[in-house]
Amino acid sequence: MSYSITEPSSRQKKVAGSLVILYAFITLVPLFWVFMTGFKTPPDSISYPPKILFTPSLEGYVNLFTTRTRVSPETLQQLPPPANFAEEIVRNRNMVIAGPSKYGERFLNSVIIGFGSTFLSIFLGTLAAYGFSRFKVPFKDDLLFFILSTRMMPPIAVAIPIFLMYRKLGLSDTHVGMILLYTAVNISLAVWLLKGFMDEIPLEYEEAALIDGYTRFQAFYKVVLPQAATGIASTAIFCLIFAWNEYAFAVLLTSGTAQTAPPFIPTIIGVGGLDWPAMAAGATIFLLPVLIFTVMLRKHLLRGITFGAVRK
Amino acid sequence: MSLDPVEQAARATPVTVAKKIRGLSDRAIAWIFVGPTILLLLAINIFPLIWTINLSFTNYKANRPNRPVEYVGLRNYERILNDSDIWLNMQATAHFLVWTIVFQVLIGFTLAWLINRKFKGNDLWTTIIVLPMMLSPAVVGNFWTFFYQPQIGLFNYVVSFFTGADPSSFEMLGSVDLAPWAIVIVDTWMWTPFVMLICLAGLRSIPNYIYEAAAIDRASKWRQFWTITIPMVLPFLMLAVLFRGIENFKMFDLVVQLTGGGPGSTTELASINLKREAFEKWRTGYSSAFAIILFVTVFGLASIYVKALNKVKER
Repeated sequence: MSYSITEPSSRQKKVAGSLVILYAFITLVPLFWVFMTGFKTPPDSISYPPKILFTPSLEGYVNLFTTRTRVSPETLQQLPPPANFAEEIVRNRNMVIAGPSKYGERFLNSVIIGFGSTFLSIFLGTLAAYGFSRFKVPFKDDLLFFILSTRMMPPIAVAIPIFLMYRKLGLSDTHVGMILLYTAVNISLAVWLLKGFMDEIPLEYEEAALIDGYTRFQAFYKVVLPQAATGIASTAIFCLIFAWNEYAFAVLLTSGTAQTAPPFIPTIIGVGGLDWPAMAAGATIFLLPVLIFTVMLRKHLLRGITFGAVRK
Repeated sequence: MSLDPVEQAARATPVTVAKKIRGLSDRAIAWIFVGPTILLLLAINIFPLIWTINLSFTNYKANRPNRPVEYVGLRNYERILNDSDIWLNMQATAHFLVWTIVFQVLIGFTLAWLINRKFKGNDLWTTIIVLPMMLSPAVVGNFWTFFYQPQIGLFNYVVSFFTGADPSSFEMLGSVDLAPWAIVIVDTWMWTPFVMLICLAGLRSIPNYIYEAAAIDRASKWRQFWTITIPMVLPFLMLAVLFRGIENFKMFDLVVQLTGGGPGSTTELASINLKREAFEKWRTGYSSAFAIILFVTVFGLASIYVKALNKVKER
């Protein structure tokens, strides 16, 4: 090993490493606790001192996906034996399953709106970024700054006129309305990030293609798009995560058919019942995709965060 | 924004080439690329903004669309600026803003500095630390209310474990003194990684030869830290502060889930009050004026800050 005056000593590295790992563990405790709570029974979830060792139960998950009604012990005894594990868990609490809960629908809404708005932001954002990166656009700098400044508006402030506008157009509580809205919010970040990626692609490739007889559009999708693929992918992840996590617009502009999961999850806790395991189960299912995404795609994501911020 | 070589080349070269290849002028093609985005932003950003400005001069109430709308001039603005409750909201917002930034900068910079010691496996641990900021703030706020439960909550348990205080003797979310700190703690847990990442980018941008030169000149590590590391990371750090500042000025989802603005109105940040005025009391005109005031405030503060940032960068 060569000696360098700027390389930290191995003892320094060890101390720094252990401090960082300690912080990482502290940061993970809340997430780990939510995950565990999802597998507790309601009494276990509110025991004192908090239980670290417990018998895992799927009651939280069953409660998350079903609605239940309380029945008297006599009626319960007259029922045929439980058909599956879910019914068995519910009957232990003197209840029967009345039907599915709305969680599945809300989760599906999150998927539809998340992917729909991501697709649209990337589609429009890629075109706009290419336009800004390669052409003379009148008032270009002003336009770019304006696109960015739309992110400074508090969401509630934007929501007032959007609410009125959507009410007039019949877009409130619809998937299309939410997809358009999230696209409008996301597109500023998308254009900025993508323009950065496109600026890095050397012009010579396109020029060669144009001279070989490609049209502008052919040069765009046969030469530039493949080069920008990584940048487009990481931008897409940012758009998806934003749409997935968004709460303020969702809670104000949706109430039923198009409601996403974030405004729904807090309502799971239920009236007086404080069903923490079901809430934790709902949170776990909802957060897990993002956690897995983050770990899998960490290189692009981390670069994107700093790159996006530093460019602005 | 200055013209970098790529951009200059972009402006110089393809004009003639494109014209030869196809009938469409470059300007027309540019509009085909940029147009749809501009249209969408006009429809969902500009038009609503103008509408809000217009509404802010009226006494419109969105829950009574058939009531005749009167123009009241600047009365909404006057009432907001004289409303003592609004100033309390602004104080709560300022408290939240200042303390989240202080903690996030201190912890975030320290972490970045430690990670930059390049110990084995630092990539993996960085990723783990980043996880909270990827999550949905509303859901995060929701499960933190669980940790903050008196008696059964994990947070109260940990505090009592280390201090010996009775875990049911304090309510993080229910007490006027503690609630403002409860929201600061959660926001710090969630967003410190962001500051850390930006600082890390800053630290990694410092070329090694500067430290080598300083070491040859026998500058102490301490001296190197204050005369090289800090000044070179400062623009990055200030950028991180700008982003956290704008985000937390707008803060809504996390805090609404944690405290809903309570107890009383101790954690009622500007956005939470705005939501109440606009969508619970349905004072649309009044809340539009409030929205405009908030937007102008963020915009003004951010512009001043960016000017300062550019000065630091020039040094």
